[in-house]
Amino acid sequence: MAVSTGKSFASRFGVHIAVFLFVAIWTIPTLGILVSSLRDKDQIIASGWWNSFASSTQTEAGRLPPASAQVEKDGKFVLEGNIFGDDPARDISAFGVKSSAPTQYPAGTTADLGDGETLQLNPDGSFVMTSTKPFEGERGQRVYYASSAPPKFTTDNYNTVLFSEGIGRSFMNSLTVTIPATVIPILIAAFAAYALAWMRFPGRALLIAVIIGLLVVPLQMSLIPLLKLYNGVGSFFGVPSKTYLGIWLAHTGFGLPFAIYLLRSYIAGLPREIMESARIDGASDFEIFVKIVLPLSFPVLASFAIFQFLWVWNDLLVAMVFLGTEGDQIVLTAKLNALLGSRGGDWEILTTSAFITIVVPLIVFFSLQRYFVRGLLAGSVKGG
Amino acid sequence: MAAQIFSAIFVIVVGVGGCVAYFWGANKLVDIIFPSRGVAGAAAIDNLRRQGMIRPWLFVGPAMIILTIYLIYPVVETLRLSFLDRGGANFVGFANYEWAFGDREFRTSILNNIIWLAVVPAACTFLGLIIAVLTDKIWWGTIAKSLIFLPLAISFVGASVIWKFIYEYRGAGQTQIGLLNAIIQYFGGQPQVWISLPFWNNFFLMIILIWIQTGFAMVILSSALRGIPEETLEAAVIDGANPFQIFWKIMVPQIWGTIAVVWTTITILVLKVFDIVLTMTNGQWNSQVLANLMFDWMFRGGGDFGRGATIAIIIMIAVIPIMIWNIRQANKETGGH
Repeated sequence: MAVSTGKSFASRFGVHIAVFLFVAIWTIPTLGILVSSLRDKDQIIASGWWNSFASSTQTEAGRLPPASAQVEKDGKFVLEGNIFGDDPARDISAFGVKSSAPTQYPAGTTADLGDGETLQLNPDGSFVMTSTKPFEGERGQRVYYASSAPPKFTTDNYNTVLFSEGIGRSFMNSLTVTIPATVIPILIAAFAAYALAWMRFPGRALLIAVIIGLLVVPLQMSLIPLLKLYNGVGSFFGVPSKTYLGIWLAHTGFGLPFAIYLLRSYIAGLPREIMESARIDGASDFEIFVKIVLPLSFPVLASFAIFQFLWVWNDLLVAMVFLGTEGDQIVLTAKLNALLGSRGGDWEILTTSAFITIVVPLIVFFSLQRYFVRGLLAGSVKGG
Repeated sequence: MAAQIFSAIFVIVVGVGGCVAYFWGANKLVDIIFPSRGVAGAAAIDNLRRQGMIRPWLFVGPAMIILTIYLIYPVVETLRLSFLDRGGANFVGFANYEWAFGDREFRTSILNNIIWLAVVPAACTFLGLIIAVLTDKIWWGTIAKSLIFLPLAISFVGASVIWKFIYEYRGAGQTQIGLLNAIIQYFGGQPQVWISLPFWNNFFLMIILIWIQTGFAMVILSSALRGIPEETLEAAVIDGANPFQIFWKIMVPQIWGTIAVVWTTITILVLKVFDIVLTMTNGQWNSQVLANLMFDWMFRGGGDFGRGATIAIIIMIAVIPIMIWNIRQANKETGGH
């Protein structure tokens, strides 16, 4: 729209700010899991992902050596050493001896612990504890300290998730489900769409109305009868009822109304002259379809393929009903759902798995957005 | 796993090959049985007519068979099952429906579904419209639209993980790793366990769907806005209309039909919302919805198909008005063809 007259600088500036805010709200959530999936798993729980480029501060507890390590110096009893032991040093900012006040004293200062005892804990972890009386007891003094670790990014989470949490296998399962379930409906729908668009036969209008009606039938209506049907077929032939073949056909069935609707409205819009001149030249309907309609319909076929691919890849319900939950059948969405239950608080597992499940749709989406939008515009009566 | 990949490739080849073979073969068969070439004139015309009667059914046949098995038969069967008991053996009349309306969980689900229906389509359409109008005015609007559109490609489960991470709760005073609680705590508020807050947790689940679907509304409405004739807008500007008047009095009425389509599409989606509730709360803390309740009853205690079917029928009843409206619209549009 080119309506730009009478617009002040302020209002134009406001539009930029508003759009920027919307974009921020819509992208930050996804950014959060992407950044988190690349962080060290201890840092994920120590600081928010938006702080991941800053050093993260975590409060830890350690214990000084027992009384047996003390030496006597200038009439005082002294314990010396490094709180990190052999671990790599971190930067300590504060320390304390009570769990209620773990950061009571800044690092490097000497704290008076009462009873003639003092403790100095330096930023590098070295400590000096002195006492006027000999130390006693088997267990050393408990010390709390806040240390900061430099930001650490790693791909370890991806290794863990792909190879030991079973996400890699689920990725293959998802591909196994998705590709045939995307390819099979296209041809079936294309022939039906051509017939409904360009061939005259009784009942055609009724068929079109039925298909438009089926577009919005909730998936829930099909689940129980099909589950019973599959169980029946399975026990009759003595084969498992949860098979890849079953889910391919189910997705084909659920995708067909939209496929036929989308393709029909496109094919019906092709120029009549082309069809008629081909028919005058003696071409049969089959030849017209294969040689003229299919090549011309490429854009809409691509639109449908993207839709069906995303829909099948992202589906959870159909996969949970018609596929098993074991490693050899569980798809990514179902696996992610299972991980939410079993690994509820392990954000390094969850964020990484979630990112792996969304990465394929994102690639498809960004590379083929044009076709996706076209399909969306043509078929927006579909309920998903 | 290798066997699995092999069988997938095998199915693609067999599936596609089978389809091609069927369509080509059936077509050839018709040509052979009713030849239109090389026979006497009257017979040829007769055979052509017969071909014209049979061929369309060969083309739509496979689609009709699959649609019948996977959608039409199940609709009838679900209706029948809703009058039977849990195993599907005995007729129980309206007992399942009586159970449903007396069941506390079912009533919670209906109530929640109504709230979802009231909030999500309205929010998506409204936000989508605003963003469509705003992004049309700036040079980086296409990029902005792409980014807002992006969640549409993300699965509901993936989106649930993304938002669960945002809603993550740690005790007051601790370092919050959930963005929402971190912001609340930064401004001095009390962190909350958002997804178990009674009543309000529904809204935190709805935000996920709004986040996903706003891009859809935006794209459709944006293209409808492009269709408004420029002269109309220019005339309004010349008449001294301010941007708000142009928006409410010119743009919105012009694209009313598209708004209705977007609204109904999202409405149907909301009626079927399942994944988000299952993964976020599984219906706990009064956040149950019909689709999740139905899934639950399909498998609860070995599965109660009667009650599951009843809930499916109730979702279906809610969709029927939209279905009729769609068919009417389509008939109006294709009436001439």
